[in-house]
Amino acid sequence: MTGEMQNPIIRVRDITVQFGSTRVLDGLNLDVKRGEILGFVGPSGAGKSVLTRTIIGLVPKVAGSIEVFGVDLDSSSTSQRRNVERRWGVLFQQGALFSSLTVRQNIQFPMREYLRVSQRLMDEITMAKLTMVGLKPEVAERFPSELSGGMIKRVALARALSLDPDLVFLDEPTSGLDPIGAGDFDELVRTLQRTLGLTVFMVTHDLDSLYTACDRIAVLGNGKIIAAGSIADMQASQHPWLRQYFHGKRARAVMG
Amino acid sequence: MNSDPKLERIAKGNALALCATGTWTASFAPVLERIVADAEKLAGSPQSIFIDVSEVAKLDTFGAWLIERLRRSLTKGPVEAQIAGLSANYSSLVDEVRRVRATTAVDSGTVTITGMLEQIGRTVAGVGGTVAGLVDMLGAVLAAWFRVLIHPRSFRLTSTVHHMEQVCWRAVPIIVLITFLIGCIIAQQGIFHFRRFGADIFVVDMLGVLVLREIGVLLVAIMVAGRSGSAYTAELGSMKMREEIDALRTMGFDPIEVLVLPRMMALVLALPILAFLGAMAALYGGGLVAWLYGGVEPEAFLLRLRDAISIDHFIVGIVKAPVMAAVIGIVACVEGLAVQGSAESLGQHTTASVVKGIFFVIVMDGVFAIFFASIGM
Repeated sequence: MTGEMQNPIIRVRDITVQFGSTRVLDGLNLDVKRGEILGFVGPSGAGKSVLTRTIIGLVPKVAGSIEVFGVDLDSSSTSQRRNVERRWGVLFQQGALFSSLTVRQNIQFPMREYLRVSQRLMDEITMAKLTMVGLKPEVAERFPSELSGGMIKRVALARALSLDPDLVFLDEPTSGLDPIGAGDFDELVRTLQRTLGLTVFMVTHDLDSLYTACDRIAVLGNGKIIAAGSIADMQASQHPWLRQYFHGKRARAVMG
Repeated sequence: MNSDPKLERIAKGNALALCATGTWTASFAPVLERIVADAEKLAGSPQSIFIDVSEVAKLDTFGAWLIERLRRSLTKGPVEAQIAGLSANYSSLVDEVRRVRATTAVDSGTVTITGMLEQIGRTVAGVGGTVAGLVDMLGAVLAAWFRVLIHPRSFRLTSTVHHMEQVCWRAVPIIVLITFLIGCIIAQQGIFHFRRFGADIFVVDMLGVLVLREIGVLLVAIMVAGRSGSAYTAELGSMKMREEIDALRTMGFDPIEVLVLPRMMALVLALPILAFLGAMAALYGGGLVAWLYGGVEPEAFLLRLRDAISIDHFIVGIVKAPVMAAVIGIVACVEGLAVQGSAESLGQHTTASVVKGIFFVIVMDGVFAIFFASIGM
């Protein structure tokens, strides 16, 4: 564990992922620093979600190595891996809430598995998490099918945060939300990052999120990271896709 | 890095300071809860109380909430408790937790006798609803069928052929295999028991009548209910869950016409074919066993079979098939469209589809038996 503070929280080296004969990620390198919010952008179908899923371990890779919290996920033992998984939270694109459990049970599910906590404390922490993500306590007894899209995202975030992770993966957290809701969500991610000291890995398409929430931006193209840096670096870049992305009509509208 | 959390009491003149030290995180939650419960007993003391958190090594939501819980319960006394020594890092977390409203205990449905009786009552009353739902669906399917007869172009042939492949063509190997084995078993058992009074040859009569009238179609219908009825329910149910059926409706399509009718058609056409193949496989299996185990030559078997059965037996069997198919299809589609938003609901309705499908198939078989007996077939 020594030196964990300085090292990047995620270190991805030469990752290659292939589906059949199509190579989605090709020798990709990426570092995520402790405490930052990394925005991850790229054209649709470039493999942003694939990279996220590869890091989490849902998609097998052909080559390369992934270290999270300084643990190499390929050579780690089961208990090491469980320890890593306990320290990260994942917000899936569709929320992926357990449909047969209520909101309260969804949020308590990881707690029951990993912690030995009394029911009273779990209930109280659930309410705390719901308040943090901006939901009313009444929501707790509802089922996922009775929630709106924005509420599902918030509950999914509350579940991702239920064990107080050090790292959260957000896969398009603001897609499908109205602009005000999306803005609130960016604000929420920022606040949580400040209060809980989170590191956030956020796949997004939302220019607003990039401007308001992210410390650093990485751009995926042709299976590699084509640029990484601050929003100013991105705007200064001469890469054609980046120019189009950050200087297009919508980008100008966001920058006002 | 991690050290056991502690809460020390230090008297400072008139005030009491509770000094929190160590790691106040989720991993230490059981210890923390005990410590906090202990300290809560101080509530009501006349001294003013400070909770000093400046020495806390690490704090997360669990720790922050427990400190907040302690503060709240101590505040119930005459004097207000204060949290002191918050570092900048943690003050926003504690502020966040402070906004949390006290929770109300949730009543986790206890089981009572009246509750159980109520549940039984509701289930019994639900039987009427089930029958009404089936009749409703039958009506809707027939209405869609007449619409299609008037406008044959709106019939979904591709979809029907696709479902025919799924429920008929792909079911042939398993249906033939199982009915073959059942035929073998009936013949073996028949020969084994009939041999004692020298009535070996009557096993052919038994096999022919049993397979053509009853077992062939009943067994195949039960297998189709398990194989295709469940598939229909799961398909329609997951489409319902993802709002695909609502999408169809808003585009001006009738889900009955687009989804249910092709499936029903496929099943109604498939079951007679499968029942016929099943009956043939069972007769073949029975004949084989009669020859190899019972020593009945194939020629003798066929001669005896020709005498023992008439075309009536075959008709009685095969006429039941489309009706049973319709029952299975309607039950499966009703259950599929009744699925609610959760995975659990999908599972329940798929189970219900198979159970009800098999139940109604057997009930129909009984009704047919009475009918054919009364018309003397």
